Amino acid sequence: MARYAFLRITFLCLVVAASAAGAEGTLRAADGLTVTDTPLDAGGSVDVAWQPSPDDAAGKLKVLGYELWRASSATGTYTKLVDADAGLATYSYTDATAVTGAEYFYKVRVRGEKMSTDTAPTGPAVSRVQWFHPERLNMLVASILLSAFILYYIAQARAGKELFIRRIAGLEAVQEAVGRATEMGKPVLFVPGIADVDDIQTIAALTILGRVATMVAEYEAALIVPCIRSLVMSTAQEVVKEAYLEAGRPDAYRPENIRYLTDDQFGYVAGVDGIMMREKPAANFYLGTFYAESLILAETGHAIGAIQIAGTAMPSQLPFFITACDYTLIGEELFAASAYLSREPRLLGSILGQDWGKVVILFFILAGAVTAVIAQFDVTIGGYSINLAQLFVVR
Amino acid sequence: MRRELPMIVAFVAGLILILQFFIPALRDVSESVQNWVIVVAAFAIAVGAFNLLRVNYMKIRFRRADWPFSVVLIAGFVVMVVVGLSGLDFVREGGSAVPAAVGAPTAATAAAGAPTAGTAVAVAAAPRGALTVKLGQGIEVGTVFDWLFTYLMFPMSGTMFALLAFFVASAAYRAFRARTVEATLLLVSAFIVMLGQVPLGSFWVPAWWPFFLTPDWLKDKIMEIGNTAGQRAILIGASLGVVSTSLRILLGIERSYLGEE
Repeated sequence: MARYAFLRITFLCLVVAASAAGAEGTLRAADGLTVTDTPLDAGGSVDVAWQPSPDDAAGKLKVLGYELWRASSATGTYTKLVDADAGLATYSYTDATAVTGAEYFYKVRVRGEKMSTDTAPTGPAVSRVQWFHPERLNMLVASILLSAFILYYIAQARAGKELFIRRIAGLEAVQEAVGRATEMGKPVLFVPGIADVDDIQTIAALTILGRVATMVAEYEAALIVPCIRSLVMSTAQEVVKEAYLEAGRPDAYRPENIRYLTDDQFGYVAGVDGIMMREKPAANFYLGTFYAESLILAETGHAIGAIQIAGTAMPSQLPFFITACDYTLIGEELFAASAYLSREPRLLGSILGQDWGKVVILFFILAGAVTAVIAQFDVTIGGYSINLAQLFVVR
Repeated sequence: MRRELPMIVAFVAGLILILQFFIPALRDVSESVQNWVIVVAAFAIAVGAFNLLRVNYMKIRFRRADWPFSVVLIAGFVVMVVVGLSGLDFVREGGSAVPAAVGAPTAATAAAGAPTAGTAVAVAAAPRGALTVKLGQGIEVGTVFDWLFTYLMFPMSGTMFALLAFFVASAAYRAFRARTVEATLLLVSAFIVMLGQVPLGSFWVPAWWPFFLTPDWLKDKIMEIGNTAGQRAILIGASLGVVSTSLRILLGIERSYLGEE
């Protein structure tokens, strides 16, 4: 009896050891194979993930790698998608060749030195199109609200309502700057920033360029517009030509004055500085996107004695412009410039709508600040300590 | 139609790009639109290059003021284009890669009358290969294009960037004169922040000094509260301005960028 018991115990130990360590001749499959539709995409993609085989570790049977296979049905013909090396803590793969709406089954093959083992087919995984990004619902609501304000006040302006816009010193000085250049017989320099035409600040700058060009044409001064991008140059040429046409001075338009310099940031700055030192403009406009070169431009302009009007929505460059320029349009003033200079009711209406959007944001900032303060305090009521913020929780 | 077509294109493209932010299904369409922009911009480079050459050629031809600079520009333009497109490179082929070296004296050098052991002796350099010109090497590291870019272009850009140091000093000198209340505030806060940024600012603080009067603490509060609040306010205003301007352009209310009122 004791001998049989000893043999049973020994046999049991061997079985346990074999199952724990991997019996000689078997390779355990990869763990935890999951297949899911790739979230928030346009379809045609499935995410596959799996854990390494328990044998994929030092001291175990050697795992050379993994293979991911795919088929249209669990028992269908499988096609290999990708190979992966052994030794990673986790594996994932995005199958971007899946057809939207089609079912797929996946399996992972563990490749060993002498053998391989497959997981059971996992699926079906179906790639679907997502038609809405739920985490951006708040952005959608905010965008619709802001757009509603803007469109409402544009409609009000079209209906003839008088709209007030506060005085912006930098824009009031545009005419003064152009007049000064005309009196001194020197050109006006307009720098539309260093971004391409797909940047909204550049577009805002080009809309102001049109107004400035009209004034320059009427005053019979010269206008120089050095551009850092070819598309900006093409657009600027069109804007200035139309402005001269509108002012009744098409003969005075000089296309060579709206020129492309270079795409390189500091090469462009060197070129503009060279134009300033040679042409000695009496009025400089720096409107659009600027980076490190802002102070170089502004200081060079100051050195030649030009009146300088700058405007950008880059918070990091505003201090330089405020320091070195005579007038600076800060942030939204740059975008309001077109409406301010033209005084067109529809454009003014959009400014008013944008201001009401600011009021709503102000309300939420204040409400958030008050709530954050309240949430800091604990109050003891009837022996129970509660956080004040809990009083506002709807149950 | 000359005015309506660009407005229609702007509206449709803008609408797609806005909607794809909320509708993932439109992401592929949006990426195609953005790729088209890249292609158009690539062709526009040729327009810009032609404009650059034409303007400077006219300056040279009519001997306008400072026309020699235009010669330098066009020469540089041509050199970079030729070197870049041809993939010019100068390589040494054949010979040994080991340059001349200084080694220990050997029997041979001693027999030739060289100084005795313990003294370093110049070893005759292995012959270098002949210098050959190769084309089609692209613009990889080591080619002539890369050399010109690295040893001419970069230093010149660095030089322009370095000018900032002098311009910051001159702008600060003008801005920090305490003539008005705002200028005084600017001067005081700039002084505190500069003092807080350097180790010397905290070096002189005695142990009994209140922590809320140390340059470090004051600097942190100015930057974290005042500066951050100001920047965020500007960003909020600018962002609203961006939305408003974009809406005006999409709806065709703002048409100045097309060259009309």
